[in-house]
Amino acid sequence: MAGKGRVVVAMSGGVDSSVAAALLVESGSEVVGVTMHLAGDSSRCCSLDDAEDARAVADALGIRFYVANYTHAFQKEVIEKFADSYLAGRTPIPCVACNKRFKFDHLMERARVLGGEAVATGHYAQIRQEADGGSWTLHRPLDRQKDQTYFLFQLDQEQLSRTLFPLGGLEKEEVREHARRLGLVTADKAESQEICFVPDGDYASVVERIRPQARERGGEIVDQSGRVLGEHSGIHRFTIGQRHGLGVHVGRPIYVTHIDPVLRRVTVGDAEDLEIESIQVEGVHWISGCPPKTPIRSRVQVRYRHAGALAEIAQIGPAEVRVKFLEPVRAPAPGQAAVFYAPDGLISEQVLGGGWIASRPRSTQTVRRGEASL
Amino acid sequence: MESERIYLDHNATTPLREEVVEAMARALRDLPGNPSSPHREGTLARKQVAEAREQVADCLGTSARTIVFTGGATEANHFLLRGVLGHSGSMDSSHLVTSTTEHPSVLAPAEQLEKHGLRVSRIPVDHEGMLERSVWLETLEESPSLASLIWANNETGVVQPVEEWAELASACGILFHVDATQAVGKWPICLEKTSIDYLSCSAHKLNGPKGVGCLVHRSGPAPSPLLAGGGQERGLRGGTENVAGIVGFGVACELARKELTERMENYQILRDRLWDSLRQKLPRIRRNGPSASAILPNTLNVEIPGIQADILVEALDLEGVAVSAGAACHSGSVSPSHVLIAMGRSTAQAQASLRLSVGLGNTSVEIDRAADWIDRIARRAGAEGYDGG
Repeated sequence: MAGKGRVVVAMSGGVDSSVAAALLVESGSEVVGVTMHLAGDSSRCCSLDDAEDARAVADALGIRFYVANYTHAFQKEVIEKFADSYLAGRTPIPCVACNKRFKFDHLMERARVLGGEAVATGHYAQIRQEADGGSWTLHRPLDRQKDQTYFLFQLDQEQLSRTLFPLGGLEKEEVREHARRLGLVTADKAESQEICFVPDGDYASVVERIRPQARERGGEIVDQSGRVLGEHSGIHRFTIGQRHGLGVHVGRPIYVTHIDPVLRRVTVGDAEDLEIESIQVEGVHWISGCPPKTPIRSRVQVRYRHAGALAEIAQIGPAEVRVKFLEPVRAPAPGQAAVFYAPDGLISEQVLGGGWIASRPRSTQTVRRGEASL
Repeated sequence: MESERIYLDHNATTPLREEVVEAMARALRDLPGNPSSPHREGTLARKQVAEAREQVADCLGTSARTIVFTGGATEANHFLLRGVLGHSGSMDSSHLVTSTTEHPSVLAPAEQLEKHGLRVSRIPVDHEGMLERSVWLETLEESPSLASLIWANNETGVVQPVEEWAELASACGILFHVDATQAVGKWPICLEKTSIDYLSCSAHKLNGPKGVGCLVHRSGPAPSPLLAGGGQERGLRGGTENVAGIVGFGVACELARKELTERMENYQILRDRLWDSLRQKLPRIRRNGPSASAILPNTLNVEIPGIQADILVEALDLEGVAVSAGAACHSGSVSPSHVLIAMGRSTAQAQASLRLSVGLGNTSVEIDRAADWIDRIARRAGAEGYDGG
């Protein structure tokens, strides 16, 4: 949709959302900027400093601007769930819930009351409509380096019909040029790469601050056969595929292959032990609104910076699928999203849907080696 | 303000009266001197400050020598509390009585002094926001050193019987301070007839400039200065006088004194029109505060069940109507109004509450248009019990 009505733009204070707002102003929409104050003051992004940058851009563009405080809901719905997920032995990806719940559910509701026809963000993704009145589809952006569709797989038809991604057809460098052309204060601002409420990547101390009991949940580190190699001070310090900071040495590189939250046991193994042939995915959402007739062929992405691997998806429950990779995939971690894209050669770049990696990944190596120990 | 805008947030601040703007412009242009200087330039400035002092004093029903100009009411409140309680040798023997619904510029210094040993009693309010008289009487028996109470609440407009309470305090030898920031210009004040020792107020709430106010010191010990040095204001507030601001404050007070009755009548007509209209349109709307006489004539604080006031404020702004969710200081914060919570409202109720405050320049046409927009947007928000659309 590209009406000339009122559009609410989520302005983070970064260059992308600044340019998204500017382009909409230039297209003739009545733009209202909203900065969502999400994480507390310790956070590097979504802080009040960023809100001031966003306000400066809004002033320069001559648009109305508001700061909407969602810190309470963000703490409950994102930060605490993030900590709990680590305590359950998973590797959470909070940006998916943040995008779904805040940039879309909460902001869209706000936009509706504000009389907005649509919400726009600075995400790199594209939305298309199959035909007039047809269903809405989500696609990778022109700039594949900036692709953020992995975080957006939970959007539904209603949300897509009322969302604008003005940067979807632009290269990042073009976005910066627009910002410089418009003299926006955010033109040369550094990118935020980390999880916004985890300063310096030290997620373990964030988990311990939210859930102090994490510190008292130490346990054993074992090899593939169950032999105890050492002890650890809390499963929240581990992620599938992790190599550093394990605290045990066996004379060759070893990796975390499995985390058992009940026994508080961390299993380590060789690189081959991380190779996974199939995963179970739960909480599956299909963008079209209805599950396709499975099995279907798909390219499945198991973490943000993952090229995606060809796989066959089979429905095994109402919102549960099994993903069988054609070639084993390295270290898919429970708690991360598995996002399903149309396989190459078909409707290229389209996001079909996705869900959460659930099952204990089965290592091809373990299966092959049976009970062989490290 | 843009002409097509409807400004219903006069408790946050008020637009300047034209007479005030002109007097201030003259002062800025024609009075370059420092009021403390003995030369002609200084003397002229000093004369204007003295005239303004008379005007402010007349408006409050007190004498000019009791007025200490400050940089606003927040400063006056800090000056009084710190100056009477904070500078007196041992804090351990001091006891402050205040209430749960004070302005933050009283609550915050009280809390800070409490950390240094000050004893603080906070009188609770009932569900209409009126102070609990029985608690007040009990507290008086403990012989506190100072009482500091808000005359008219900035969020709800609730007016406390401070004149009567000052009598009671005086009879017990207790110093009595009133934060009259919202009352001045909207409520009759004649300090001569009361036992109030100290009073704080601010120019910008009565169509004067921002950044100037005063502490009235009628009796009791002079507070030690917050800003010492320079000897201005009889040594109680150092710093070269904000001459143009003080001149503007004086003119605003002069106008408020002359027009008070007329203003109060007009405000009440507009406010009641707004309430009647909203009540008809939104049957589940509920008023925060008493509907009887003990409320500022310009203030209407309402709960619209099912709405989120912060979003409603933004939506109304986009349609040209300026209102507030609680105090202006709360905007951008999720913490619910401490005033409404003290009145027994739930967090959800407080967050569904809107403050509408009329003032000079508002018309009945504006009131009707504002009521229409509030109704439309509340329905857009799907407020519980109303149809969407």
